[in-house]
Amino acid sequence: MWGAAPGWEANGERRWPTVRIIAPPAILAAAALLSACKPPPEPRYEPESALRQRGLAAIEHAGCGACHDIPGIDWPRGRLGPSLRGFTDIGLIAGAVPNTADNLAAFVRNAPAVKPGSTMPPIPLSEEEARAIAAYLHGLNSDA
Amino acid sequence: MLEELFGTGGVLEPIWGWPPPVLDPAGPYAERVTTLAWVLFGMGVIVTAIIVAALYVALKGPMEWRQKLGGERAVWIGGIAFPAVVLTALLIWGLTLTASLSSSITGTEPRIRVTGEMWWFRVQYLDPDGEVVIEDANELHLPVGQPVVLELRSADVIHSFWVPHLSGKKDMIPGRTLLLRVEASEAGRYGGVCAEYCGGPHALMGFVTVAHHPDEYRQWYASRIARSAPPTAPLPAPQPVETPLPGLAPQRELALASDAAQGRQLFMESGCGACHRVAGTEANGLAGPDLTHVGSRLTLGAGILPNHRGTLVGWIGDSQSIKPGNRMPSYDRLSAGQLNAIAAWLEQQR
Repeated sequence: MWGAAPGWEANGERRWPTVRIIAPPAILAAAALLSACKPPPEPRYEPESALRQRGLAAIEHAGCGACHDIPGIDWPRGRLGPSLRGFTDIGLIAGAVPNTADNLAAFVRNAPAVKPGSTMPPIPLSEEEARAIAAYLHGLNSDA
Repeated sequence: MLEELFGTGGVLEPIWGWPPPVLDPAGPYAERVTTLAWVLFGMGVIVTAIIVAALYVALKGPMEWRQKLGGERAVWIGGIAFPAVVLTALLIWGLTLTASLSSSITGTEPRIRVTGEMWWFRVQYLDPDGEVVIEDANELHLPVGQPVVLELRSADVIHSFWVPHLSGKKDMIPGRTLLLRVEASEAGRYGGVCAEYCGGPHALMGFVTVAHHPDEYRQWYASRIARSAPPTAPLPAPQPVETPLPGLAPQRELALASDAAQGRQLFMESGCGACHRVAGTEANGLAGPDLTHVGSRLTLGAGILPNHRGTLVGWIGDSQSIKPGNRMPSYDRLSAGQLNAIAAWLEQQR
């Protein structure tokens, strides 16, 4: 809570550093203002952000990063499967089925059932987790 | 408030979580160390408060107090008598409290040999004669309420064994065997790490400790012994593949079952057995983790990934992206179908 204060005078004369204390309420007010700023709206898709948060947590928990490079997952960034950056802009999931939320949720749980012969194995996820992951992946535009 | 900040999903959870494992004991040894840490921390706070107060008096206090503070008596009391008494008391109390940590090992405790390797943990359960009866890796199973002695060794460089919930760190030094007594007082899963920099992917060298209730532990032990029997014993009958998900078509189940048989063949043909052992098969390599029970492990890659079909495929096909520098090459010359088949067979090794 120390405000930045000029410690040494500019005219060259040395003085003891002075420290101003900014009233904590002012800082709290500033923090409140900052946190009230919303991120800019997504261009195409705006699923609720709590769902997307759960999606990211489910991705982390299931270890999807073992094969995929996924924005928001720093490690691991597997390269066995395709990168999922900019996933919203992809037309067909795995080049086979339209990239809708329902198809994607079904695909991440049981890819071979959605696309016979898929190279991605079934992943142990609940339907709820799969929906959240789909919401997260659909929130990734090409800027992500 | 604390829960909001540090708890599950809290703001600071990514940093560590609350309570951090070092302050959340789950066994008698860790308990004592934690008590000692809190008391020392508390004493530190008290002494700091006294010093700050004295400083304030010295700068701003009434003249009479300042004179007392600068007098010879204050030096004798505050500078010599107080620290001597407090530090001696703390030392005696601390040594008494932690005496049991170094109490001698009776030799009757169950023994588990844990060997640090670059960059995973070899785990071997010993019988009373010191013979290895179960081979495992990166997972340590303990009965609740019973002290267990760990024989800590290293196969290459210095590692350090650390389960913060259960005990302090102990180094694993090449050419030496160090003993560590651990005990869990609550059933649960506790993460462990290598706590001594050992090169390359040291940060990705972990393991899981699972504390079972004694009955559950006996069951677990019996099932492992049955499976770990020498290769001459008949193989357990092949089990039908568990359907990983509800709603999977029956045709697909059949396909998975044949995948597993194909996976076994691929595993042998690809030379996996040169580094990995699977009891009851011709795979008998000792350089890498024993895979006899890999299907029932909680993690892959030494405590770093959840264990399921997807991560198995990812690990076998491209372990170098996941854990750069680890000693298993990426098998990216295998097709996805072949990787799936191998993973299907490994999932059955329980």
